[in-house]
Amino acid sequence: MIRIDGLHKYFGDLHVLRGIDLEVQKGEVLSVIGASGSGKSTLLYCINGIEPVQQGSVLVDGIDVHAKTTDLNRLRQRLGMVFQQWNSFPHLTAIQNVALAPQIVKKMSKSEAMEVAAKQLEHVGLGDKLNVFPNALSGGQQQRLAIARALAMDPQYMLFDEATSALDPELVGEVLDTMRVLAEEGMTMICVTHEMGFARDVSDRVAYFHEGIVEEIGSPEQIFSDPKSEQTKKFLAKVR
Amino acid sequence: MEQSVTVFSSFSVQDLSFLGEAALRTLWISFLSITIGSFLGGFFGWALYEMKIWGAIFLNPLLDVFRSVPLIVQLVLFYNFAPIVGLSLDAFESGLVVLTLYTSALVANVARGGIEAVGKPMRIASRSLGMSYLQDMRYVVFPIGARAIFPSWVGVALGVMKDSALVSVLGYVELVKASQVLITRTQEPLLIILVVGAFYFALSYPVSRYSAKLEKRWSQ
Ligand SMILES: Nc1ncnc2c1ncn2[C@@H]1O[C@H](COP(=O)(O)OP(=O)(O)OP(=O)(O)O)[C@@H](O)[C@H]1O
Ligand SMILES: [Mg+2]
Repeated sequence: MIRIDGLHKYFGDLHVLRGIDLEVQKGEVLSVIGASGSGKSTLLYCINGIEPVQQGSVLVDGIDVHAKTTDLNRLRQRLGMVFQQWNSFPHLTAIQNVALAPQIVKKMSKSEAMEVAAKQLEHVGLGDKLNVFPNALSGGQQQRLAIARALAMDPQYMLFDEATSALDPELVGEVLDTMRVLAEEGMTMICVTHEMGFARDVSDRVAYFHEGIVEEIGSPEQIFSDPKSEQTKKFLAKVR
Repeated sequence: MEQSVTVFSSFSVQDLSFLGEAALRTLWISFLSITIGSFLGGFFGWALYEMKIWGAIFLNPLLDVFRSVPLIVQLVLFYNFAPIVGLSLDAFESGLVVLTLYTSALVANVARGGIEAVGKPMRIASRSLGMSYLQDMRYVVFPIGARAIFPSWVGVALGVMKDSALVSVLGYVELVKASQVLITRTQEPLLIILVVGAFYFALSYPVSRYSAKLEKRWSQ
């Protein structure tokens, strides 16, 4: 379980997260929607400790992410993250991209790591691209490579930060399909997304972010068909 | 009569091997200073990148001295002042120290550029996989950055190889010093300078060819 309590985050004087309370249960898929600049990415960065926080706490399976004694490198193995930019390692082939972290972080043997990597690439539909360098892959394929790379660490949670926003429209589908498969397999996921269709179909709950707070949270049916907050209504009217 | 013949005599095969030995000395001092200087420069580049304020206040101005004072001035100053602070270094050792520092100052800027070339999102991605700072540096930043700066680094290395000619002013018998000796004896400056030029070309051509091949392979 990921549990966020009274979280505040500042960038200098900029108050970006202004008191977030949120719980994500094992197996749940939470979509986070909201306007640009509302703090969605920042929230994900605070969950895996890339950004420090000024107040409040994030607990991942009971481990306080921002406690001084927490081993973040160890904790991050529980939290896979996929970014808007896929960030493939350009000097490594697809399978090496995926095998690198299992090998050096989890200290797997090379053959073991390669086996895991091949399995995960198969999983995201890149089974025929094992020995291809990233520059020969499309954006959609590179993003699926990034998903496989995160999955190879055997995470308990997956955080997606607008995984499809940088893709050409015709490549969005294949990445969303991969995420859908993960959700069906029971992966616990937090998906920051602008894909309202995906949020509606795949999520168990949808959170609407507005200026650094969770303005409204509920089932997809409730948020999309019967939003309570005026802000949510305004936002949904704009994105439709 | 015999005597004057040996003072001025024409260019011979032995002279070629004399130049060959001198070329090896050029190669040796260049190889050492480029290797040590690159490690040192890599470290300085990392320090410039990682310690922005201290780097700007102390390290960068210091490196600027090595970059901007003409190498020949650095060599002569160091060679003459080293004994004063109790260092007794011969021409080779003095040349090596100065060339190494000079190389490190040039490589420092290049190396910093290499780290910057990797970009923050890439590094956040590797850290998010659980890599430590050092693992990220070793397995992601270094290989990507090194490939990005490789052409500039080769440029620095070839430059240093040529600049090593200046160590001749200290009396170290590398190619240029050797050619001066031969020119004085044979009075055939044009021929000897041509031969010396050919030696420099023979030293640097394989390096630039090999590096071009590597670059091609990486960009495939
Ligand atoms: N490293 C940073 N330093 C300073 N300000 C930052 C930093 N990162 C984000 N911000 C600011 O924090 C605010 C929230 O940013 P964030 O990226 O979390 O928004 P977002 O909801 O993800 O937006 P988008 O939909 O555009 O990705 C923005 O005003 C942004 O400019
Ligand atoms: Mg964002």
